[in-house]
Amino acid sequence: MRSSSVNPDSHDVAIALNGITKRFPGVVANDRISLTFRRGEVHALLGENGAGKSTLIAIMSGMQRPDSGQIQVAGRSVRITSPSAALRLGIGTVYQHVLLVPSLTVLENLMLGAPWWRPCNRTATLKRFEELSALLSTNVAPDSLVGRLSLGQQQQVEIMRALWHGELVLILDEPTSMLTPQGVAELGVVVRRLRDHGVAVVFITHKLKEAYDLADRVSVLRLGRVVGELGPEDLRAKSELEAIDAVVAMMFGREEEPEDLKTTLLGGARERDGLSVAERSGEPALSMRGCHSHGDPGECPLAGVDLDVWPGEILGIAGVDGNGQKHFAEALAGQRRLSAGSILLGGEAVERTDVIQRRARGVRYITDERLGEGTAARHSVATNLILKEIGKSAFWRHGLTQWRQINEHGRKMIAEHDIRAPSERTTIEKLSGGNIQKVLLAREWAPDASLVIFNKPTYGLDLQTTKRARDWIKSGAGAPGAVIIVISNELDELIEVCHRIAVIDRGRIAGVVDAGDGATSEIGRLMTGAEAA
Amino acid sequence: MTDSSQPRWAPEALHRVLRVLLPILLALGAGAVLLVILGKDPLAYYGYVLKRGLYSPSGFEASITRMAPLLLIAAGLIVAFRAGLWNLGVDGQFLLAAVFVSALTPALLPFMPAIAAIVLAFLVAVAVGAAWSLIPAFLKARHGINEIISTLMMSFLGVSFANVLIKIPFNDPSTTVPQTATLPVDDRLARLGDSTVHWGVVLAVIMVVAVHYLMERTSLGLKLQIVGTNPRTAIHCGLDVKRLTFVAFAISAGLAGLAGAVDVLGVHGTIRADWNPAYGIVVIPLVFLARFNGFAVIAFVFFFAVLMIGGESAARRLGVPSFFVLVLVALLMLFFAVIEFLDHARRNRAGS
Repeated sequence: MRSSSVNPDSHDVAIALNGITKRFPGVVANDRISLTFRRGEVHALLGENGAGKSTLIAIMSGMQRPDSGQIQVAGRSVRITSPSAALRLGIGTVYQHVLLVPSLTVLENLMLGAPWWRPCNRTATLKRFEELSALLSTNVAPDSLVGRLSLGQQQQVEIMRALWHGELVLILDEPTSMLTPQGVAELGVVVRRLRDHGVAVVFITHKLKEAYDLADRVSVLRLGRVVGELGPEDLRAKSELEAIDAVVAMMFGREEEPEDLKTTLLGGARERDGLSVAERSGEPALSMRGCHSHGDPGECPLAGVDLDVWPGEILGIAGVDGNGQKHFAEALAGQRRLSAGSILLGGEAVERTDVIQRRARGVRYITDERLGEGTAARHSVATNLILKEIGKSAFWRHGLTQWRQINEHGRKMIAEHDIRAPSERTTIEKLSGGNIQKVLLAREWAPDASLVIFNKPTYGLDLQTTKRARDWIKSGAGAPGAVIIVISNELDELIEVCHRIAVIDRGRIAGVVDAGDGATSEIGRLMTGAEAA
Repeated sequence: MTDSSQPRWAPEALHRVLRVLLPILLALGAGAVLLVILGKDPLAYYGYVLKRGLYSPSGFEASITRMAPLLLIAAGLIVAFRAGLWNLGVDGQFLLAAVFVSALTPALLPFMPAIAAIVLAFLVAVAVGAAWSLIPAFLKARHGINEIISTLMMSFLGVSFANVLIKIPFNDPSTTVPQTATLPVDDRLARLGDSTVHWGVVLAVIMVVAVHYLMERTSLGLKLQIVGTNPRTAIHCGLDVKRLTFVAFAISAGLAGLAGAVDVLGVHGTIRADWNPAYGIVVIPLVFLARFNGFAVIAFVFFFAVLMIGGESAARRLGVPSFFVLVLVALLMLFFAVIEFLDHARRNRAGS
């Protein structure tokens, strides 16, 4: 073997990935990824959902085996065959959700990883615990129950467990998503201490601001590929806004779009602009004022949404996942009660009405969770097509279900909306994601709709169905004069189909931007909360 | 298309028959082995079970009579299970309703004709059963508390409470053993023809069929099914999940209560302290075996009633413990699970 390309700083390289490829049925999750993680460096991996970040972590932490490509750890070619093999190599991973046993003490949790035949050695465990406590500069009591600790402290224990067998690499998978702002600040201190100690910290996030604050190096993944990297020099040379602009451009790949798509996009937008300017002079068709909601732990509630949308307007909602999009959609659809605020639809207050009453007023909601809440698995396609009409006179007479009419309606919808299903009696779960989405679209299709809400309408769909769904939205969802809301975390999509784009950030509308050429960077800034600060 | 599917159809039907028959045969076979180990003659035991439970006229009538409470409980369970609610507290609901009915009906007789007293007793039984499910229904609907635990706890409480009622307020002082006042035989549920079978059995079959149609052919049934399939889908479609939870619990527990009334008014006429037939425990697996299908439930309940009645006589005659019937049911469950698992694996292989 040739010991070629020995960099002068090769002893600093903790992990070198070379051409890592991982395929799942129908997707290439990682496509020839080559990345180098160095000791004493915080390296942020950025990318949208489905960009391949999770698969890459899974490969480095031994949960998945790559289909091809090499991994070198501290200069040695290795195969990481299991999570414990990764730990023995000094690669520790802290996942988004805490994986500790709450009813055991801190020390007991840390002893769990040992082989079963070895007696628990409290003295040795305590010694290592104190070493790591000093390294992290934390003061968690070793005998306190994990369940009594704050989430930030539990995460510190997780970091200790990840570093237990060696301090080479620490992978943090969206570590801030469950933390309070104070917890985020404390984590920042710990991460910097570890970096200065020589640990290679890999930091996965989709919050651009955090990446800028913490990272020495930023790599951006998109559709399974590395699409760009900003080294320490680049980051130092750029202001925060410039860096974020650069990252947004890489994340959403605006520069790579083929020219013809861009022109059709612009043509459509110009035509729509004329329409909406005229429309926007009148009364808004939908008007939200001070909308608040209650959220369970882990959910982002609405925290004062103000928004006006005019008839015939297509409004996009952009934002980083988990900033209140779900509550926003559910509040409009009537699935979620507002704790404060008002919603005026066509001039009438609807915030106290339920799903059925709003549906009667022409509200339609295409949920992003097609299987989780949009359909009833085990029930037929025909049944799922009338799921929101149960008890209505078209399919129920004298309280009796008219299965013949329901199945006939199912056959008609399958033909009209090009749903690929063997029969209207096939159970819905047997259909592909795209065809399930067509069932939902068919169910919500209504020429007299007043408000149509699309939540991630093309998430997980193949290109053709994606195009079909987008064309359908662009044409006004078959309901002229309706307000159309499109929630998506694909900026390209929003710019293609919407007149205006509102950015949601921590449960509030951070700003509304006209869809057009300059929109991307403005939206990126609003998404990171730069404007609100 | 037809060419490839036609030859596969016949084995499919065969599989369906085997899926039911095979576990029964295996359970009987394993039971036979156990009997041999106990030093009993399995053929004599099964012969007695068949003779006393099925072939002798009195045994057959007793088996049919026993079906009444079992079917009513099963009818209630079908509603609850298809709505995704595991009402495991039917025994408490059954016994409490039975105790109220057995105390109330003799007291009502002086004031009204027997038929009116019986109708009133049925209504009271439904109300008592349903009331005993209110707390689990409330906890489930409002706070999402697992109804498996809460209904079981309420069942234990209900059984104990029923005993307290029998021993103190409803005790018939004219008897030495604590028991409720006895309903005269003439005032009990009417017999069918000159058999010993009372018409509560007819009512029970009607209720099972009615429940089957409720679930399959009405909007309420479909709504309950959607809640059972995925409560989040139900919320998405604007169904009032909390209300439907209360409705499903009320129907389920109400029918369990009705089962108690039918058993007391049709057969026993009185309840002694510490009487608890615990029908629910055996009906629950039967409803699962029938895959919540009303007609299949009738068949399974008949099978089990024969086993129960025949098993009781055979136990006395051959000195086999009477709970050996429960062992057979347990074996049946076990083999059904095994066959189900194998069948599932087979279909998966065929599908891929």
